[in-house]
Formats: sequence, C-alpha cells, structure tokens
Amino acid sequence: MSSETKKKWPLWEVFIRSRQGLSHKHAGSLHAADAEMALENARDVYTRRNEGESLWVVEAVHIVASSPGDKSTYFDPANDKVYRHPTFYKLPDEVKHM
Amino acid sequence: MNSTLFDAYVADEKKIEPKDWMPDAYRKTLVRQISQHAHSEVVGMLPEANWISRAPSLKRKAILMAKVQDEAGHGLYLYSAAETLGVEREDLYLDLLEGKAKYSSIFNYPTQSWADIGAIGWLVDGAAIMNQVPLCKCSYGPYARAMVRVCKEESFHQRQGFQIMLVMTEGSAEQKAMAQDAMNRWWWPALMMFGPPDGDSPNSAQSMKWNIKRFSNDELRQKFVDMTVPQAELIGLTVPDADLKWNEQTGHYDFGEIDWSEFKRVIKGGGPCNVQRLAACNKAWNDGTWVRQAATAYAEKKSSNATR
Repeated sequence: MSSETKKKWPLWEVFIRSRQGLSHKHAGSLHAADAEMALENARDVYTRRNEGESLWVVEAVHIVASSPGDKSTYFDPANDKVYRHPTFYKLPDEVKHM
Repeated sequence: MNSTLFDAYVADEKKIEPKDWMPDAYRKTLVRQISQHAHSEVVGMLPEANWISRAPSLKRKAILMAKVQDEAGHGLYLYSAAETLGVEREDLYLDLLEGKAKYSSIFNYPTQSWADIGAIGWLVDGAAIMNQVPLCKCSYGPYARAMVRVCKEESFHQRQGFQIMLVMTEGSAEQKAMAQDAMNRWWWPALMMFGPPDGDSPNSAQSMKWNIKRFSNDELRQKFVDMTVPQAELIGLTVPDADLKWNEQTGHYDFGEIDWSEFKRVIKGGGPCNVQRLAACNKAWNDGTWVRQAATAYAEKKSSNATR
C-alpha cells in the first residue's frame, strides 16, 4: 500500500456542456490515472441523467487561478468605470428603446 | 479576514470558497462532516448490494443497481468537496478502512428481506434528504454544490423505496407482514440518523452559527416524523411506537423515547454489522489494488512513450 500511496492519481476537473449552444460549465472533480480514464469516469459519475453531451477534463494542476486574498484590489479597476455600463448614460424619455 | 469578520460574513449568508481564509476550526469541522458523509455513502452501498442478486424482478434489479451506483457517485462528490479543504481522498479513505473514521450508524443494520430495501429507500433516504436539503444552502460552496447534485438524485431513491413498500402492502398477507417487519426494524434507527438530542450535541451550536447546519437535530427529527407518519398510514403500516400521537396544540406528532444507548453502542462499533461492513470495504480495497497499480503503470508507460 505504501508504494501505491506515493504515486497518487492526479486530480482532474470536469466540465460539462449541457447542450449544444451553451458553454462548458464546471461540474466537479475526480481522480484518474490518465486522461482517458478521467473522461470515462466523468461520464459515469457526472452524466448519469443526461446532464451533458460534451465533456472536458483538465488536470487540476494546469489551472491557473487568481488569488482570492487579492479579490478586492485585483478586480478594483472594474469598479470605478461606471461609464462602461449603459445605465450611466441618461437619455431623454422620448428615446424609448436604445 | 479574522474570526470575528468571518463569523459576520457567513452569518450574512455569504459563501466561502476553497482558497478563502477560514478559521482552522471551521475547516476541521467541514473535513470531519464531509468525510463522514462521504464514508456513509460508500458504506451505504453494502446493505443494498446484498439484494442486487436477489431482487424480485429484472426491473427491480436494474433500479437497485442504478441506486447503488448513485451512492458511489455521492461518495465521490463528497470526497471531492472534502479535498478542496486541503486533505487527500486516499488518506480519508484509509482512515475509514482502519476503523478510525465514523460513518452513519444506520448502515450497521442488516438487510434481512426484500422489504428492507423498500424501508431503506423510504425511511433511510427520506431521513437523509431531510438532513441534506438544508445543506444545499451551507456556507461552504463546494459542499453546498455537491449537496444540490445529491439531493436531486436522492429523490428517486426515496420514491422507489416507498413504492416497494406500497406494492408489498397491497400484496399477500405474508408480503404485508414482511413490509411491517421491515418498518419495525428500521423506524428507530432512522430516527437516530438525525444524531443525538440537541442538549447532547456538542458541535451543533457552532455549526449553526457558521451556517453549516441550518436546523437542529431535534428539529429535523420532528420534521421527519411529521412527514412520514401520514405516509405510513396511507399504506397501512403501523409505526412501532406506542407513544406516537398527534398533538393538536403543537401541531406536531409526539413520539416515544429513543434508545440512545443503542445509538452509542452502534456508533462505537457494537452494531450488528460493523465488523462485516469494514471487512467488506477492506476486501474491496485490497482486491482492487492490482487494478489501481496496473492503471498507474499503464498511464506512466504511455506518458513516457509520448515524451520519448
């Protein structure tokens, strides 16, 4: 058992496209020895009830994530640019739809 | 972030995600609860698997296999949720195999007749749903999301169980007696699934403050009794509790004293099937060793061929 525990199967993140026209969405994760096994396990575990028609599996170590600690400063630049939103622009009432 | 800010943050119904700061005790509580929950799903396959080869029809067999497969899936969703807290699934699972981890005491009872499969779906999964639905709104995101998937699937489990009981109570006198016998054996253990009474549940208050737990053990138990008693009456089964009666004033059923000494005994390993359940998990793990090793070796060989 000890030699086995040293070589743990990597973690894979599973993404499912629920139907044509929608993007893939994160569904969960699983362990598998290789990509083929990850795909098969993802099918068996995450799509038992027609949840999807396309699967992506990505080894979790390959995902680069922003750091949650810097959330406020990292996404700050978006906050002070209210002019990016259509509601920033006041239009005369006569313009009904724009 | 510090403990005080954190408490206010979760009390405000905000969610915590894996890499967010959290108090050590919050992390520890979640790892313990989620892993015990995962172990329960895995061990929970065993009492039901006992009847796969003896299901009364091909349809029932297919349904039971689908249900057991769901339980394996639930175990996986939950181990994955636990792993986001910085623990390894294999370590958690080895704790189970070595008898160091707890799982729901209900799975240490035997399945003696086909009606037990009905009683498990109806009562045991019914109680599990009662526990799990509030967890869909738990403050820890990955646990809450896993619970949403689990609850969607559990609803089929409960219905198929109730339907097994319904069909049996409409059958011969012998079949009806079998259904009643299963009811008699599973009712009290099902009530114990909600855990010790509120006064004797040391972790509950903190879990409720952290929005991990939304209702107390006794509240959920009462809800379950109120929901299930009319269902039993509907199919002509008697709840094995002489003290059970409707209380006009409270608008709830009063019910008899639970034998907490039995609960404690079973949790501590003294239930009818504790030894058998752990032995079955260990056997499956050991029998599967060569498969895991072969898969690892194959993956390594393929990747070294690819880089050559």
